[in-house]
Amino acid sequence: MNRLAYLVVIGIALPAFAQDARKSGFDFMGPDTQAMQKDDLANPGMLSVLEGEALWKANAGTSQKSCASCHDDATQSIKGVAARYPAFDETTQAPLDLAGRIIQCRTERQGAPAPQREGRELLALTSYVAHQSRDLPIAPPKDARLASTRAQGAALYSTRMGQLNFSCAQCHDDNAGGHLGAAPIPQAHPTGYPLYRLEWQALGSLQRRFRNCLSGMRAEPIAAGSKEAIALELFLMERAAGIHLETPAVRP
Amino acid sequence: MNTTRRQFSLLAAGASFALVAPARATPDSMKASIQAFTGGKPVKEGRVKFDISLLVENGNSVPLSVLVDSPMTKDNHVTRIGIFNEKNPLPDVAIFNLTPRSGRAQIATRMRLNDTQFITAIAEMSDGTYFSAKSEVIVTMPACVEE
Amino acid sequence: MARALINVPQKSKRGEIIEIKTLMSHPMETGFRPGMDGQLIPRDIIEKFVCTYNGEVVFSAQLHPAITANPFISFTTIATDSGTLVFSWTDNKGETQVQTASIQVE
Repeated sequence: MNRLAYLVVIGIALPAFAQDARKSGFDFMGPDTQAMQKDDLANPGMLSVLEGEALWKANAGTSQKSCASCHDDATQSIKGVAARYPAFDETTQAPLDLAGRIIQCRTERQGAPAPQREGRELLALTSYVAHQSRDLPIAPPKDARLASTRAQGAALYSTRMGQLNFSCAQCHDDNAGGHLGAAPIPQAHPTGYPLYRLEWQALGSLQRRFRNCLSGMRAEPIAAGSKEAIALELFLMERAAGIHLETPAVRP
Repeated sequence: MNTTRRQFSLLAAGASFALVAPARATPDSMKASIQAFTGGKPVKEGRVKFDISLLVENGNSVPLSVLVDSPMTKDNHVTRIGIFNEKNPLPDVAIFNLTPRSGRAQIATRMRLNDTQFITAIAEMSDGTYFSAKSEVIVTMPACVEE
Repeated sequence: MARALINVPQKSKRGEIIEIKTLMSHPMETGFRPGMDGQLIPRDIIEKFVCTYNGEVVFSAQLHPAITANPFISFTTIATDSGTLVFSWTDNKGETQVQTASIQVE
């Protein structure tokens, strides 16, 4: 009887999975917040995109070159790039996230000081670059050299952590669609980063969101740009493959 | 001397009280603010359509809009729209100054809400009369706050 | 480097009522929040917003700390003539930031 029950459950669960039950955090928001994201003239995240555009075109560092000096028109050259990050970096022979790539360009190619993680300059440039991939499907690289990092991210995602002894998966897989307090629990697909969070009253990165979740779990936060943070980001992008990017998203 | 756990939580409670303590608007201080806006003139209900969500996801950014029924001519128009609240640290939210060149008495903005409360919108007409609408907004607390 | 997003319809008909949306990059620090050191972060807010249309004030607003960070203000005006709309945001220290937009009226 028990075995039969399992079979019935599996029988129901499989077709549902095949239909793709994955949803962006957008679908869990109220109509007011959705409207704020959808209108580019009312979306406060667009202020960072605008600032990023100006930075893209401005000369920086000892090279006196701008991003545009090499990459030209971002609306063409950078289209789809954010959907493929984190990626394997040839020079350092290590996985690199999009913000890390921008820091690398700034320091090594433009001869400018390294922009700070979570600082205004890096967020503006990252949101401008990611915005060029809006409405494109997340397409993580099929690079075999990323396999171990992806596995590390998957392990982190399901590892119980902190004083509350929670894993990411317990909320975002097992209880997604449920509520924590009055707030709906989304499926944790990183579709709109950097995004404008009303709670932050500012734009922030996915890795800031990690820190936020981890401190909620009473766990030790992982540093932005660290191996662990990039591994978790890589795993989440793989898990969200095919879902369209929304940068700059708005979330409560 | 080591601080015991009980002493620590007392200290922490004292500290957090001190942080949360700054004066808050009250229904009375909102009334005083409205009196200052109207110069004590009577306020009638009506003519003001106040659009704000009943339930908001985050009190940091609550969209609202106000539309006042007025021909917006030189002789008959809305001169000001004031927004007031009763539980934020201060009762005033914003005052919008309109002109016959506005064409329509309509504004939209976003406000912060400290807590579930009544928000009042008051329109001042060019003939010196005042009309109002109020709305209760329920603010839910976000589950994952930072730090 | 503060920035603003302003939406004025590209072309409008004479006499048409147009909606103008403005979004200003600003923290709107209330003065009621403690910082990392436990001290209150000083108030830093936009207090006054003014829109002029070919030199004449058509709309203005006084803002208090209850207005959201990156203040959003939307209002209407009648398209009268082609020309320039000037938007200014003044903070509580008296500093003003100005942006302009052109309007085409047929």
